[in-house]
Amino acid sequence: MSFFETIANIDRRVIFLFIGFAVIIPVLLSFSCTEEASPIVQAIFDKIESLPEGSKVLMSFDYGPSTVPEIQPMIDALLRHCCEKNLRIYMMALWGTGHNLISESMVDIIEHEFPHKVYGVDYVNLGYKAGNQGLINVILTDMKKMYTTDAVGTEIDAVPMMVDIRNLKSFDVILSLGGGFPGVKEWVLFGGDPGNVPVAGGATAVSAPLLYPYYPRQLLGLLGGIKGAAEYESALIKGYPKFKTHSHPGIDMMGPQTVAHIVIVIFIVIGNITFFVARRKEGDERGERGILK
Amino acid sequence: MRRQIPLVITFIVGSVLIISVFIPHKPFGRLGENFSVYFDIIAVFAFILGGGNLLRVHGNRIYRKHKDWPYSMVTVAGFLVMMIAGLFKIGGSPGITGDLTEPGSMFEELYMYVFTPLMATMFALLAFFVASASYRAFRAKNREATILLLAAFVILLGRTPFGVKLTSWLPGSLSFLEIPNLATWIMSVPNMAGQRAILIGIALGVIAMALRVILGVERTYLGADSD
Repeated sequence: MSFFETIANIDRRVIFLFIGFAVIIPVLLSFSCTEEASPIVQAIFDKIESLPEGSKVLMSFDYGPSTVPEIQPMIDALLRHCCEKNLRIYMMALWGTGHNLISESMVDIIEHEFPHKVYGVDYVNLGYKAGNQGLINVILTDMKKMYTTDAVGTEIDAVPMMVDIRNLKSFDVILSLGGGFPGVKEWVLFGGDPGNVPVAGGATAVSAPLLYPYYPRQLLGLLGGIKGAAEYESALIKGYPKFKTHSHPGIDMMGPQTVAHIVIVIFIVIGNITFFVARRKEGDERGERGILK
Repeated sequence: MRRQIPLVITFIVGSVLIISVFIPHKPFGRLGENFSVYFDIIAVFAFILGGGNLLRVHGNRIYRKHKDWPYSMVTVAGFLVMMIAGLFKIGGSPGITGDLTEPGSMFEELYMYVFTPLMATMFALLAFFVASASYRAFRAKNREATILLLAAFVILLGRTPFGVKLTSWLPGSLSFLEIPNLATWIMSVPNMAGQRAILIGIALGVIAMALRVILGVERTYLGADSD
């Protein structure tokens, strides 16, 4: 077997090994890359930045643990930004798995980094409700029809920041983080469009291309995968340098992602070289057979 | 009667929901809202149905010692442990209003330290399979495959800072050829155009299907004896 044949028939476990090293080594060496916010990410940052103090931000946690590594950095950066701007944050989930993630984000970011923020005044956890797009359809006209209590059972009218909330139109911006079903798309179709409320989203890298058709008129911006998160973190650090010392997993993960992408590109190049060499060899053999005939 | 009643309900609810979009006033607006609430209430019952179905399917597999039955055992055990931890709020505040996700509660601990790492690991494995599949699939076998290969190449590099460095030497007049700009163009022009075409096609299909269901032409949702 020639060298090119060996390469062409390479065991997939060898590829797995290379990808493993491409991820592990940059993590061990803390290799990270700086990012510049692209227009689609900058649009979300600018929207949050433009909101006056006390504006109402509805944040929907429409994801599960499988996509935490990609979505959580977005949530962390958005929560920090909203807290820094003194916006009122309303957290809810269309996914059952999002319920716990709200609590974790509340503890890790709001309670830990912004201890002066008061639950019920600056932020509230509305928890998970079943119904998918049906839920959005109801809260479009009446929020309290579905949310009679918050996630910990407090009467909704006893939560100070819920007093002046009637429906989705009461919010200044809707942020949906997820990308699966139900997610950003459903918020655009059933919430943002009919209610005329700006919707921004964050999605995994694989589902981000499916949301581009809604940008920029129906979706004001989109954070796509780790890169989107890293870009938002960079924009946040640029705007508020004090966040440089805080955790920025998006930026940190861009190093391993960059190396892994390069390794994949190298494999694709090698694969094509072996393909063309094999095709030429096949052509030569066919030519030789033709001469012999 | 078994068939007529669901058909009548579907016709009334479907028609009212469509009318309420175009005439959001009394009585259609209110009816539309109420039907949406009924939908949300019914959706909750899907969990009971889902849980019951999971137990039935996997219970059957365990009972019959079906191939790979130990996996079914793990599924049922995982389901029951999570359900008991959540229903009885073990380690957390008791009572119907007790917080399920309270730090220290068994449900939260299981979610955080078992469920989250397991799911993240499963999703992370995708990177390995994507790399292996890319190596074998992205071959310039013909014109279409070459276009796909080039697009994948640009997107892969364009999603990294390496792509920026690779073409940053290009003069300003050729900045559109910089890899990140090319990646953005692929995403916002050909990708968007293709996605929109697909979405419009799907939407038209959904409208046609919805009309068939509302008018009772399509009856497969009623079950096997729908004819």
